[in-house]
Amino acid sequence: MSHLLEVSNLKTHFQTRAGLVRSVDNVRFNIEEGELLGLVGESGCGKSITALSIMRLISPPGKIVDGSIRFKGEELTTASEERMREIRGDDIAMIFQDPMTSLNPVYTVGEQIAEALRLHKKLDRKRAWAGAIEAMKEVSIPSPERRASNYPHQLSGGMRQRVMIAMALACDPEMLIADEPTTALDVTIQAQILELLNELRVSRKLAILLITHDLGVVAEVADRVCVMYTGKIVEESGVDEIFANPKHPYTQGLLRSVPKLTEIGSAKAERLKTIEGTVPSPTNLPFGCHFAPRCEYRLDMCTEGLIRLIDLPNGVKVRCVLHDEKKKFKIGRERTLADLATEAI
Amino acid sequence: MTATAIQTTERRIVEVRNLVKHFPVDGSDDVVQAVDDVSFDIIGGETLGLVGESGCGKSTVGRCLLRLIEPTSGEVLFEGKNIVGRPNKQMQALRREMQIIFQDPYASLNPRLSIRSIVSEPLKIHRIGGKSEQNDRVADLLQKVGLDPKYADRYPHEFSGGQRQRIGIARALALNPKLVICDEPVSALDVSVQAQVVNLLQELQDEFGLTYLFISHGLAVVEHISDRVAVMYLGKIVEICKAEELYEHPLHPYTKALLSAIPIPDPTKKRDRIVLTGDVPTPINPPSGCRFRTRCPIAIDECAAIDPELREIKPGHFAACIRVDGYDSSQKVETTQ
Repeated sequence: MSHLLEVSNLKTHFQTRAGLVRSVDNVRFNIEEGELLGLVGESGCGKSITALSIMRLISPPGKIVDGSIRFKGEELTTASEERMREIRGDDIAMIFQDPMTSLNPVYTVGEQIAEALRLHKKLDRKRAWAGAIEAMKEVSIPSPERRASNYPHQLSGGMRQRVMIAMALACDPEMLIADEPTTALDVTIQAQILELLNELRVSRKLAILLITHDLGVVAEVADRVCVMYTGKIVEESGVDEIFANPKHPYTQGLLRSVPKLTEIGSAKAERLKTIEGTVPSPTNLPFGCHFAPRCEYRLDMCTEGLIRLIDLPNGVKVRCVLHDEKKKFKIGRERTLADLATEAI
Repeated sequence: MTATAIQTTERRIVEVRNLVKHFPVDGSDDVVQAVDDVSFDIIGGETLGLVGESGCGKSTVGRCLLRLIEPTSGEVLFEGKNIVGRPNKQMQALRREMQIIFQDPYASLNPRLSIRSIVSEPLKIHRIGGKSEQNDRVADLLQKVGLDPKYADRYPHEFSGGQRQRIGIARALALNPKLVICDEPVSALDVSVQAQVVNLLQELQDEFGLTYLFISHGLAVVEHISDRVAVMYLGKIVEICKAEELYEHPLHPYTKALLSAIPIPDPTKKRDRIVLTGDVPTPINPPSGCRFRTRCPIAIDECAAIDPELREIKPGHFAACIRVDGYDSSQKVETTQ
């Protein structure tokens, strides 16, 4: 059985004056048809670079240096630029955080959607315009005939994001990459856009790679979640599992530091749990586990060698020695695993 | 523990009365009604959260409180003294007592000044202490906000977003203010850093007895840090009460929708979400009567005619909605449908 999208051992590096930045380092994950995969992490963890690598939109000094990206079996890392232009839009479409900067301010939104249809579907102007209106209807833009003649600045943020989605889906792609699609929007509008993405996923069997820093958004819509830290995936899990039982100390810390609504008891007296310290500089990453300097369960072995992504039952993957069966004996020497497990929870 | 402290020493540090701020629109006679007839108090030692979506006027209210923006009309009393219309000289003296922390830790620090210059600038302006005293004060402040004083001669670009926000906090505290307006202080930060800064703000509040007006669109953060919360929509306060009360028993339909729209980081909690249709109307030409009525799921004809006042529906719980009267609102709404 093959996956819709298969990313394996992807490495995207940037040669900068300060040194080599391994923005994406050995990332692997799959996406199935109709699945919504959440890719979560804080700024600079490499989640957007992963998405841009899939679209082959990395420009120098950045470069995909290794690994493979297969879409329906087709290798994208070595595909010709011409072929990539077909794939972008036809097969995989992308929407970005800021709909204002991704839309051209001097064309009406209808023209911009129609342009995609003319280029990819080779429609004439009239049909493309009708197609644009149809696409706007599908994303629930009220009175699309009138709205199509509006310029981006005449629309609200939520409407602009709907236009972006309409444009992305106009050519019937099988996969949508949404890079922080709701981050710039207000909560009530965010709720509308998330609802829309969910509807489209079901009605079109659309696979969605949703990139976000918002764990709440992920919990609402994702099927599976990948957590990234300093260019590496540190945990992959089903959405229920990862929130109920996060394995990696970073995931645990991240979930604890989010203020939660309507907690029982006095929220006032309690302090939020934080992750100590800050993300290390990308040109000066610590040896071994990159999270070790901030980790409360740190052992000597964490900084002694490379940490593998360990496969656990039920498709859970975690990059942490505490879950490595082969190192159980060694961990036992430092501390007993049982102690750790109870502490971790 | 803070709650009891408030009750015993309850005094109003800020009283805002009928505050109005209209911005003229270039090339027309229209005005943006950014803040329209807003009244509320801030009690000494408390954190008042001010929430709402972009463009609702929450930052404008914050800035009017410091008179960084001149209010169109209304009164702002700081410890009983009206600051609106006060001569600049007197205003400067009052500003020692009230400071602000901004959202963007990149834009709010001058890149060409060292951290020492940034943090000591308020001391220089108000001519407090000599050079060595100011240096001691800077070292002390940096320590308080969790930065190593040996970094004082570095420049803002050498710090991360979270660290810069700490520098902004140190600057705000330099003059020992009573009131600090926190205008989206953690919105630009990553979650793990956000938690660090929220904790720092709470620790500093306990230590120095600070009063906060905490402006944010992040309802979860606001609930966590606030004693009371005011909700704004299109230039008006629609609901104000104690934080627990607001989150457990919201009365105004907008507050309910807002709360139900927040994604909760727990996939097992699937809620009945009230998804509001449409967008916030323009504040240039807001709807007649209740400004929320165009998106309100329970609006009736009267809502277009009556501009609802903020009424005390339960003790200490105010809401501006004619469809809400007393007791349990959710039941009430269903029975009248």
